[in-house]
Amino acid sequence: MKFGQPSTLPRWAQLTVLPALNLMAALLVTALVTWLIGENPLECLEILVKGAVGYGEGIGYTLFYTTSFVFTGLAVATAFHAGMFNIGAEGQAYLGGLGVTLVVLAFDTVLPAPLMVTLAILASMLFGAAWAFIPGWLQARRGSHIVVTTMMFNFIASSLMLYLIGHLLIEPGSQNPTTREFGASSWVSSMQAIAASVGLDIPATPLNASFILAIVASVLFYIVVWHTRWGFQLRTVGVNDKAARYAGINVTLVILLAMCVSGALSGLAAVNELLGSTHRMNVAFTNGIGFVGVAVALMGRNHPVGIFLSALLFGALTQGGLDLSFEKPVITREMIIFIQGLIILFCGALENLFEPFIAPLFKRRK
Amino acid sequence: MTDIAIELIGISKSFGAVKANEDVSMSIAKGSIHGIIGENGAGKSTLMSILYGYYQADTGAIKVHGRETRIRNSQEAIRLGIGMVHQHFMLVDTFTVLENIVLGAEGGMLLAEGMAAAREHLKALNKDYSLEVDPDAIVGELGVGLQQRVEILKALYRGADVLILDEPTAVLTPQEADHLFRILNALRDQGKTVILITHKLREVMEITDAVSVMRAGKVVGNVFTRDVNQEILADLMVGRKVILKVNKAECNAGDAVLDVKNLSLTDERGVKLLDSLNFTVRAGEIVGVAGVSGNGQSELLEVLAGMLVPTTGAIVFKGEDLCARRYRHPRAAELRKLGIAHVPEDRSREGLVKAFSMYENAILGYDDTAALSRGPLFSRKALIERTRTFISEFDIRPANALLRVGLLSGGNQQKVVLAREIDANPELLLIGQPTRGVDIGAIEFIHKRLIQLRDEGKAILLVSVELEEILALSDRILVMAGGKITGEVSGNEATTTSLGLLMGGGSH
Amino acid sequence: MDQLISVLDSTIRVATPLVLASLAGLFSERSGVVDISLEGKMLAAAFASAAAAYMTQNPWIGLCAGMMAAVMLAMLHAFVSVTYNGNQLISGMAVNTIASGITPVLGLAWFQQGGNSPQLPDAGRFHEITLPFAEQLADVPVIGALYSRLLSGHSILVYLTILIIPVVTWFIYKSRFGLRLRAVGENPHAADTAGISVARIRYIALFWNGMLCGMAGTFLSVYQTGAFIKEMTAGKGFLALAALIFGKWRPVQAVIGCLLFAFADAIQIRLEGVAVPGIGIIPSQFIAVIPYVLTVLLLAGFVGRAIAPKSIGIPFVKSR
Repeated sequence: MKFGQPSTLPRWAQLTVLPALNLMAALLVTALVTWLIGENPLECLEILVKGAVGYGEGIGYTLFYTTSFVFTGLAVATAFHAGMFNIGAEGQAYLGGLGVTLVVLAFDTVLPAPLMVTLAILASMLFGAAWAFIPGWLQARRGSHIVVTTMMFNFIASSLMLYLIGHLLIEPGSQNPTTREFGASSWVSSMQAIAASVGLDIPATPLNASFILAIVASVLFYIVVWHTRWGFQLRTVGVNDKAARYAGINVTLVILLAMCVSGALSGLAAVNELLGSTHRMNVAFTNGIGFVGVAVALMGRNHPVGIFLSALLFGALTQGGLDLSFEKPVITREMIIFIQGLIILFCGALENLFEPFIAPLFKRRK
Repeated sequence: MTDIAIELIGISKSFGAVKANEDVSMSIAKGSIHGIIGENGAGKSTLMSILYGYYQADTGAIKVHGRETRIRNSQEAIRLGIGMVHQHFMLVDTFTVLENIVLGAEGGMLLAEGMAAAREHLKALNKDYSLEVDPDAIVGELGVGLQQRVEILKALYRGADVLILDEPTAVLTPQEADHLFRILNALRDQGKTVILITHKLREVMEITDAVSVMRAGKVVGNVFTRDVNQEILADLMVGRKVILKVNKAECNAGDAVLDVKNLSLTDERGVKLLDSLNFTVRAGEIVGVAGVSGNGQSELLEVLAGMLVPTTGAIVFKGEDLCARRYRHPRAAELRKLGIAHVPEDRSREGLVKAFSMYENAILGYDDTAALSRGPLFSRKALIERTRTFISEFDIRPANALLRVGLLSGGNQQKVVLAREIDANPELLLIGQPTRGVDIGAIEFIHKRLIQLRDEGKAILLVSVELEEILALSDRILVMAGGKITGEVSGNEATTTSLGLLMGGGSH
Repeated sequence: MDQLISVLDSTIRVATPLVLASLAGLFSERSGVVDISLEGKMLAAAFASAAAAYMTQNPWIGLCAGMMAAVMLAMLHAFVSVTYNGNQLISGMAVNTIASGITPVLGLAWFQQGGNSPQLPDAGRFHEITLPFAEQLADVPVIGALYSRLLSGHSILVYLTILIIPVVTWFIYKSRFGLRLRAVGENPHAADTAGISVARIRYIALFWNGMLCGMAGTFLSVYQTGAFIKEMTAGKGFLALAALIFGKWRPVQAVIGCLLFAFADAIQIRLEGVAVPGIGIIPSQFIAVIPYVLTVLLLAGFVGRAIAPKSIGIPFVKSR
């Protein structure tokens, strides 16, 4: 990003030491609040860590949440590289879910599993991309501010889905706003099943093959952004769109494509959630994963390795937080949202805040 | 014995390792016009920023009307009666002249009263110095000359006795400059002190009473204008005799590469930025475009490079009318493919991505070159190899292809751009301000390289505000004023005087 | 007539927090600081005011607490945007996320009601005020109905808001501070060289931004619902921002935008489940979505063109 004081630290320190310090700051504030509401932060941390990585199921759930966050994190990062702040990953994941639902409900009885899953994955990407394309187009062609537009599109997506699920896709006779269960041909195989096929015994969790897809997506992201022409153009547009224009780069096209890729990646989160876990559409499945994606991308500094690590952190916070809320009823899911906000603050808005304090250390060592 | 308005004693100021000012001393007489001359980067602006409170000197003292003072910010400078007219005007475009003038000196919580008083005061100032500014005009709609007078009014309204003007004529036509000088003379006659920062010798000789010459952060001479002439000042300023005469062979022009016919560009407000231009650029010649900045040269360059779409007219490049062409990709990209290379005027914002490494900047605009890719991926080796060639051919320093371009000096940045564009082997090179912010060594190199390119039979269109550069390089010179070509002179016959006349819109 | 008056009456109710937040946004954005965190500040204020009003049984102390909470967040935004030159959009998003996280956490810890506050007792709430002579004038045709049923019978906060609109407008255009505020938003370098502290002006602007957001949030919890409810702002901060853009960053026009959005909302409630002749039942989601769609169209310039203050979102770094 083009904001804040430019960093003078070595690159590796910018990518490791600063995010670590920022994260520490966020956790410290969290600890303070935990203490204020009468809980022992260290004890909470212990329960949280145990819950996240202390046992097989915990790890499975952690990685399951991580998968969605990797997708939305990569989505936000793609847009960031083009200089766009896409806070609409939530709505795009929602619409991705609509794509999945529509093709599955239409074809799950006729298509064989591999074809059905492939089709559903493509549908999620297509719908997510379409929902991101419109704000992208409005920004590129009409100059509407992408942040406000994508935010509005989140609200629009939410109303649209409430209506569609409540009126058209709802399982006949059901009281809950959910669709019927998807046919088994559309299910993405669980990690347990995959592990069993190679003779490993791991506990049953929602963790599924989408996790592998997320890793593949991360690798592809790295290759595309740093080693292809389009990635070069993407980064050029993001850092200096004027220079991009003078270089003859089609800035509009780059922005549109970046938003589409961003939306498609968001859409993939729906595959993990719907085809990997719930096997039916419900109104609340996104549950803030798009917003977590913003925090993940900022903390991961838009690099796939960083994104994976911060997605893992948020996965652990989500899973560990659930366990924590069982033991400590006063600490709920919102605590995770609070941490998320602090991470956006420290890793995003104040990313180089601690630089003046640690810069001397690096100078002396030289 | 005249009174001293400002006295600077042993001022030094460093930015990191760079010594911007070193032991600078001068005294400026009350009621005089005092010139400070020096080349780009000689430390004039830093010195004045210290006087106006933007920076604190590391060592040294400032005396205002004989009393030693510390000026910590611009408010203190204003309080001491020092006013500044910046090179880039500090005006709010959407405000009226009056609002701009009272801003920061409103005279109370409420605007109404202060504004009424300011209006009266303004009337008086307008009359005293023949400024001719309408207090209710919207500043953004005024011309450059008038905006400058608003700046002067702003300073005077705040009770300035000492007025600093930073390169005030850079953006003015000769007529406007003359008007400005009349105003400055009127100010002197009323007892005000004027400090004029400039690099134009003619101005110094014409209007100042005394001059301080700066070079590389130091004062190399404090003299009375009547005791010197332009040659002496130039010697002091440059230090050694730099003959801006590039050795070049006789021009051997071939066929027309670029033929511009009746080219016009009108902006959304209906202002003609380019007005029926007609000219030709032939293979093996350099055509220079001279003019005061803001008279259409930039727009001409952008239209030819495909950044702006002309309203009417034809751009015939090697027999094909580019305006009639259908574009499937951005114009700039397609024109590059056709053989029109472009070194933009603002290299750091338009020609380079400062955050990228040198090897990435070396492919900006040419990233589709087949030799750079292995399948869908870039070959990093090929990219770096390509950059290494540039580095050795253009003597780019430091010779590190992985270095962030933003860390290079202006001259080396320009070499990266130039290397990239020349490497594409263009038929026509469009180049704007090739040596702006570039050190002398690099200037010589860039000039030689351009001549070499010409001798290889390429056509070059050169836009520059540096007359010396235009004169040194061009085989033919077009002069632009007010969006029109006001004259064409052959490079051998042209003189600064004849060009200056044309730049003011006069006829040759 | 009855229908119309009741629609207009609820328009005023719905518009009040929008107007306050919109004017809050005006202060910030005219000074050159983008503010997408109106939502978060309102939410924090709604919580703080409800908590304070519940504990002290005094709505005015609630109002103060709400303002304080919102001002604190505004100062955080100011620190990031002005002192640190950080990204104002990310900062705004951080404020929103922090507010939506911390309010239920504290709510649960303090009140054990799932993150909401308990229903405020009568003494802790703002109430409707009957304007003088409202009852006597009720029977006068037209004017009486308008006065006693539309104008009368609102909370003191509504009347304060009606007062605030001209005050803010006057402040922006006719006062020294307003001139400086607008200058800082258009060309901070010009203001700086005129001896004006850009940072100071922006901090002050954000202070008032916080005060107004605080009032808006208080209106929601201490008056309208009489309790804090998780996520109770439900996008109102973004609607207010949209109205500000709709009004092209001018106070009166922004207020008109708020009234328009509020009017759409008032109609929506009345159309719920009612068959419209020729169309049938309009799903409530369709109407709920109108302001957002309208904002998108507006930003895209399909409905007018909004030109923002020139230096908005750009951190001010002293040149030279």
